[in-house]
Amino acid sequence: MNKRIRNKFLTKSKKLITFVTAGDPDINTSLKIMKNLPIYGSDIIELGMPFSDPMADGPTIQMSSQRAIKNNVDLNKIFYMAKQFRKNNKTTPIILMGYYNPIYNYGNKKFINKCAESGIDGLIIVDLQPEFDQELYNLSSKKNIEFIRLITPTTNNTRLNNILPKAGGFLYYVSITGITGQNSANLNTLKKSIKELKIRTKIPICVGFGIKSPKQAGLISKFVDGVIVGSSIVKIIEKNSSKKIIIKKINNFVNSLSKAINK
Amino acid sequence: MSINKNYKNWPDNKGYFGKFGGRYVAETLMPLILEVEKNYNKLKGNKSFIKEFNYYAENYIGRPSPLYFAERITKDLNGPKIYFKRDELNHTGAHKINNCLGQILLAKKMKKKRIIAETGAGQHGVAVATVCALFNLPCIVYMGEKDIERQSPNVFRMKLLGAEVRSVNSGSKSLKDAMNEALRDWVTNVKDTFYIIGTVAGPHPYPSMVRDFQSIIGKEVRKQILKAEKRLPDILIACIGGGSNALGLFYEFLNEKRIKMIAVEAAGYGINTNKHAASLSGGRAGILHGNKTYLLQSKSGQIKEAHSISAGLDYPGIGPEHSFLFENKRIKYVSATDKEALDAFKYCSKLEGIIPALEPSHALAYLIKIAPKLKKDKIVVMNMCGRGDKDIFTVAEKLNVKINE
Repeated sequence: MNKRIRNKFLTKSKKLITFVTAGDPDINTSLKIMKNLPIYGSDIIELGMPFSDPMADGPTIQMSSQRAIKNNVDLNKIFYMAKQFRKNNKTTPIILMGYYNPIYNYGNKKFINKCAESGIDGLIIVDLQPEFDQELYNLSSKKNIEFIRLITPTTNNTRLNNILPKAGGFLYYVSITGITGQNSANLNTLKKSIKELKIRTKIPICVGFGIKSPKQAGLISKFVDGVIVGSSIVKIIEKNSSKKIIIKKINNFVNSLSKAINK
Repeated sequence: MSINKNYKNWPDNKGYFGKFGGRYVAETLMPLILEVEKNYNKLKGNKSFIKEFNYYAENYIGRPSPLYFAERITKDLNGPKIYFKRDELNHTGAHKINNCLGQILLAKKMKKKRIIAETGAGQHGVAVATVCALFNLPCIVYMGEKDIERQSPNVFRMKLLGAEVRSVNSGSKSLKDAMNEALRDWVTNVKDTFYIIGTVAGPHPYPSMVRDFQSIIGKEVRKQILKAEKRLPDILIACIGGGSNALGLFYEFLNEKRIKMIAVEAAGYGINTNKHAASLSGGRAGILHGNKTYLLQSKSGQIKEAHSISAGLDYPGIGPEHSFLFENKRIKYVSATDKEALDAFKYCSKLEGIIPALEPSHALAYLIKIAPKLKKDKIVVMNMCGRGDKDIFTVAEKLNVKINE
């Protein structure tokens, strides 16, 4: 198993996982945001690989991807960012999140080699399920890069049997049926689903989709190993034009999330 | 016959046509799509399902559509005998309804309560709205803002039929983005919603399911041409966006090697410009909308905007079975520009009294080019897959004619 991810989950504290799109609003600001995330309490960084057609994302992340693509952000630039980040931070796991087409274009082997070289620890590929990922999965396993699997409210037992044996790092439980940044889950329903999932697996379970406020994050963190927040952070970039203000506001927001989940 | 040479053995059980196809969707949709596959497999050989499909095909759509000998065009081009398969005479004016009928019957059997669809030219949207009215199901159609503008008659038709048309203003504001929005709707409303995809693309089983429902076109052609000419045709030709009308015509004959097949992509301003919609001639393999197939994309794998005068061909991808048939060289893929299609549009209207849609005008444009070089004893069947009523505003604008709206 990937060391950085394993070490994070050795301690009992609840984990905060934060998502930002690589290169939004620009590469330098994005790198600064990324460097600050762990300082203000983020345990794991999910770095979005922008794609022109993000089918599982709501308007906030769609627009964020568009901004990054306008800045010509591609996989090489993302690997550059990761390398820069790793110069001063050897412990915070970086997980690349996105869609399969840019990776397929880059070449599976070259992609995994570059990930390993740049200090990437895990992958979330939204549109690549265990039945269709054999080559990439084998390559990533050899380099200790974890395939983080998404489990959703529609995932049934048959599918869990396919997914769990190939799941690494932690499970990303999608709290709602829907896209990012929209509705929030009903707390009781969510609690019940997590309880059932815990019977099936020992892998840490983190919850994402629709978690917008420190209060929500705090409530959910009580019965999971970690929470994932994305759109609400990205929205700060969308709403502000001053880079200084963006960085300051994200720092404060992440800090408040971190405090809320470990209260 | 080895599996590789039997073109009718595809897809495999994972939905692959060679290396193309598959099922590249978010986990939320996986269980649902597996249900669609399971139910479709159960129904497709079911006698009462086929009987029901045939009943509506005959009495509601008006099938079989005629196979018409285009005498004046044949004479004018001084080449092979040209037949039109007249799927533009179907109820709602295009081949799209064949597939919608099949899928809505499946949705009913699966007890789905709500139908969604994407549309480009609006022909698929109109066909979905129509079958939803027929079977009393609420219908939501996603349509790019750009397409809503250039296909206003079809937008009005859909509304009359009781559908809600949702404007999509993300990305290129056309068919690809409408499909993204439909997928986002589906992922949100998984429990009660059925997604009627309009072309031979999307996650497995859609590409083969849509092909199967459209293959009625080729089956009819076989009977009709044997009756008219006592032999099978030499060349089949059709336009291609996603590729459902082309596969509908070709599929029946794929293993008959003697029959040449030509599919005509939309070259927009020209294949060498950045403004076209020819995924095979100008793209490369990638993953979008649930399948691996040829796509128009940038070096780093971002999907490009397509361009075509015809909204129905304005899509940066193509069905995965076409990518497979392209790489195996079973079908010849060529292209025609906006201008060539417009000329064919006018030509057909004047010579045959048939106003074709801009989509099959592309197929006709290519046929006009090659026909004079072909032998007179050859027989060509072209799929006239849609009528041009919906396109008169676009065409009038291109010809600088003002129509009172």
